[in-house]
Amino acid sequence: MENAYLELVNKAQEPRGAELRIEALSKSYDGRTVLDSVNLDIAAGEFVAVVGRSGCGKSTLLRLIAELDQADAGEIHANNADGAKPQMRIMFQDARLLPWKRVLQNVALGLPRFSAAPGEALAKVGLQARAGDWPAVLSGGQKQRVALARALVHDPQLLLLDEPLGALDALTRIEMQQLIESLWLQRRFTAVLVTHDVQEAVALADRVILIEQGRIALDQAVSLPRPRARGLAAFARLEQTILDRLLQPLPDQPGSSNRAYA
Amino acid sequence: MKQKSSWREQALSWAVPLALLAAWQASSQLGWLSSRILPEPLAVAKAFWSLTMSGELWLHLKISLWRATAGLALGGGAGLALGLFCGSFKIAETLLDTTLQMIRNIPALALIPLVILWFGIDEWSKLFLLAVGVFFPMYLNTFHGIRNIDRGLLEMARSYGLSGWPLYRDVILPGAMPSILVGVRFSLGLVWVLLIVAETISAQSGIGYMTMNAREFMQTDVVLLGILLYAFLGKAADVASRLLERRCLRWHPSYL
Repeated sequence: MENAYLELVNKAQEPRGAELRIEALSKSYDGRTVLDSVNLDIAAGEFVAVVGRSGCGKSTLLRLIAELDQADAGEIHANNADGAKPQMRIMFQDARLLPWKRVLQNVALGLPRFSAAPGEALAKVGLQARAGDWPAVLSGGQKQRVALARALVHDPQLLLLDEPLGALDALTRIEMQQLIESLWLQRRFTAVLVTHDVQEAVALADRVILIEQGRIALDQAVSLPRPRARGLAAFARLEQTILDRLLQPLPDQPGSSNRAYA
Repeated sequence: MKQKSSWREQALSWAVPLALLAAWQASSQLGWLSSRILPEPLAVAKAFWSLTMSGELWLHLKISLWRATAGLALGGGAGLALGLFCGSFKIAETLLDTTLQMIRNIPALALIPLVILWFGIDEWSKLFLLAVGVFFPMYLNTFHGIRNIDRGLLEMARSYGLSGWPLYRDVILPGAMPSILVGVRFSLGLVWVLLIVAETISAQSGIGYMTMNAREFMQTDVVLLGILLYAFLGKAADVASRLLERRCLRWHPSYL
């Protein structure tokens, strides 16, 4: 198991994901500023985790990248190495499987008929045997694995993850994290993971971004070697640093530029 | 083991109706019950047999079934089409929904005098009445079904590149299906009620006509047979709609 993983890390391909450049991105809902002129560059094949308190704007950032919402100002440039627009897929907190389609047909959504790819994608997440089941009989973790297969079957250059593991139990969550990491190592797409779980962010990401009151408050590189054991002192130290920063009390005046703590 | 007890329960649940039937037959035979008020069950069975043999029953049954089917197809089809239309296009809703909601408040049966003036008492009057009656349950439930599709699923499907007809076929239509089938069930229940009234008031054929005609000749056994036939048809329609639901909603947690 461990050896197979190391092999995966060593064999990891050249990054072939999309490059992402976000410039002065702003978004407000009903006069409340959610994102305030955010700048962020993400390299091709990088795994970036975005953490923050609830309502800090991290999900909004992801929805803007996914083109589910329109920004008020600023620009997002997503490009492949050849300059083309990347294939982009998103995983949501709820699996959002179509309940009236069997598991395999859910994975095949948006693909031409009689493609072999959905079956292969399902095998990659270990759910080949459930191909003919209705989504309603799957557990929460299995549903998210199907959603992951559905996202990866399109071989996206950019995978956006909007707290996809938030609703899972602790054990299933760790399994899913390992699955996502190994698939990322195999395919080297660019990944942006929004999460409220700092440990998850440190376990998976090359870089952890902390968003606070619509701005990037911390940009922390994570250089721990993979696979990352949660028990390591360096892991725990990094997790603590980010958590401490996250838990700092906010200034009273929302949106005030007077950031004494920065 | 479980099979056996459920078989016994089934037998037990039929005990009361059978006992009632026996008591009814006995009281008729003993002269406690005048045949003018209620004929004995055996007489109803005999009436059924003789009307079946003469072909008369089949004739009336056929025309009633045809009316129900045609009325359902016309009214239900129009309700489904307009429901899909108004549910899918905002402009259609703005244009039509208020009008339809106003017309909805008119009970279909209140239209009878007007319908007779318009169409006389020929086939069209009955079809019109049935169609108007079943239109609204179909329209309302279809519209409601489309409007209440999970926004998250729509958002997901769009971000996975679905739009136009594939989006409609794979997401919107199946998402609205449970509600549409509720409309079908309502309509199926309603169509018999409307048919009874329509056939009783003005008809030269059909089960309602057969029943009203028998009333004039004091044939209580035939009257009772007509009532039982309506009950049977209503039940058959209900069973059919349940089967349809089972088939179309196989994926639904309540059928898994």
